Amino acid sequence: MRFTKDHEWVELDGDVATVGITAYAAEQLGDVVFVETPEVGRQVKAGDSFAVVESVKAASDVYAPISGEVIEANTGLSEAPETVNATPEAGGWFARLKVANAAEVEALMDRAGYEAYLATL
Amino acid sequence: MPEIPSEKVLKVTPLTEAHVALGARMVEFAGYDMPVQYAEGVLKEHLWTREHAGLFDVSHMGQARLRGADPLAAFEMLTPGDYRGLKPGRQRYSMLLNAEGGIVDDLMAARPDDDGLFVVVNGACKDHDYRLMAAALAGQAEIERLEDRALIALQGPEAAAALKVHVPEVATMAFMDARTLKGFGVDLIVSRSGYTGEDGYEISIPRHAAVSVWNTLLADERVKPIGLGARDSLRLEAGLPLYGHDLDEGVSPIEADLGFAIARRRREAGDFPGAARILRELSNGPARVRVGLKVLEGAPAREGAEITGEDGAVVGRVTSGGFSPSLRQGLALGFVPPLLSDPGTKLKVVVRGKPQACEVTKTPFVAHRYVRQL
Repeated sequence: MRFTKDHEWVELDGDVATVGITAYAAEQLGDVVFVETPEVGRQVKAGDSFAVVESVKAASDVYAPISGEVIEANTGLSEAPETVNATPEAGGWFARLKVANAAEVEALMDRAGYEAYLATL
Repeated sequence: MPEIPSEKVLKVTPLTEAHVALGARMVEFAGYDMPVQYAEGVLKEHLWTREHAGLFDVSHMGQARLRGADPLAAFEMLTPGDYRGLKPGRQRYSMLLNAEGGIVDDLMAARPDDDGLFVVVNGACKDHDYRLMAAALAGQAEIERLEDRALIALQGPEAAAALKVHVPEVATMAFMDARTLKGFGVDLIVSRSGYTGEDGYEISIPRHAAVSVWNTLLADERVKPIGLGARDSLRLEAGLPLYGHDLDEGVSPIEADLGFAIARRRREAGDFPGAARILRELSNGPARVRVGLKVLEGAPAREGAEITGEDGAVVGRVTSGGFSPSLRQGLALGFVPPLLSDPGTKLKVVVRGKPQACEVTKTPFVAHRYVRQL
């Protein structure tokens, strides 16, 4: 699993990347009450806002950690947004992307690097 | 080189350290370092208050005494309420008005004892309010800020039972009663009121006793600390407007659907600031009116979201909104033309460019549970 400074995670399987927000991000947001996942077929570039996650208090953008085409969205989150808090780095995934360039994934932080980054916040 | 702090220095309440010790997430609010939530989070805190009793620090709010030869008559110069008719031991909701009939602040003013009026105003407005009151009432009444007092609110269906253990007399108070009482070994100013829609009390405490009273109440298993996040979602469900969002200096009490606060005697006399506009709106109707909206699909609509007709034409704007933990849907307050203000009217709210169905709904969204009769 790889991580961004915006607190997204990416898990690569072949050329398909599963993307979500980290446990740290879920904890910071508090109770998630609404998730807007991206439309299947959409082409995203790394850094694009491609989903929205809302707590009781506020709405926050989720940025695409890498470029690619959205091939699946976790539509279950519309019925059970609390999954993002319960299992942010598993069942709380947001979308699957067909990866344009696998090197973009490799360039992200590994878990040790992300944890070191969190320690600076 | 010494490090220059980039954050502005926040004011603290007598309870700020107690919040940090409880694991609160602290944020800036009205210039104060305040708890937005504790460890359990906004949803659980909200639902706990609806089912049991929630304890809130609202010490950022302004507490003051208005004294003078006739403080009740003086206060009527600034507000549209019937304060000359306010009986000892009672509290009344009102607002400071500007000359154009706009709302400078909303407030509570009470007669808990013989010492003039006890006034509670919004934290973000208090400095401005006190200057305005002092200038307008010069020679007739004096305003004293009570900086040495904390203010807490205990709200929810178990609030009365939890408080009467320590202050038995509170059980003999009804909604909007206010009294100066001895409790927890100190002098308290207690009103049976709040801003959650639940039964409960607001309790003014001498600063030195605030932590001890706070901890004593929290030792009761019915009572949990509740942050500003849940305070906001509770007041939204209760349909209560929030100053600086739903109310401001451009909004009149009639537009804000607060006409109940314009006392009949004052309407007949027309002797309050902005009376020309307010009386005109009372007879002809306002150009826009505050309504409740239930969001029927999609994301919660928040402050600033456009309200449109079913044809897409913009008819108004959301002034506060969010997710309702009790109803599990988006709720909002906003302003629309009177022709579109009847409950059941179908409108749209635009969230991130998407029109979503919503419906004008009678407020409160969640029924008030005030104890009006003992």
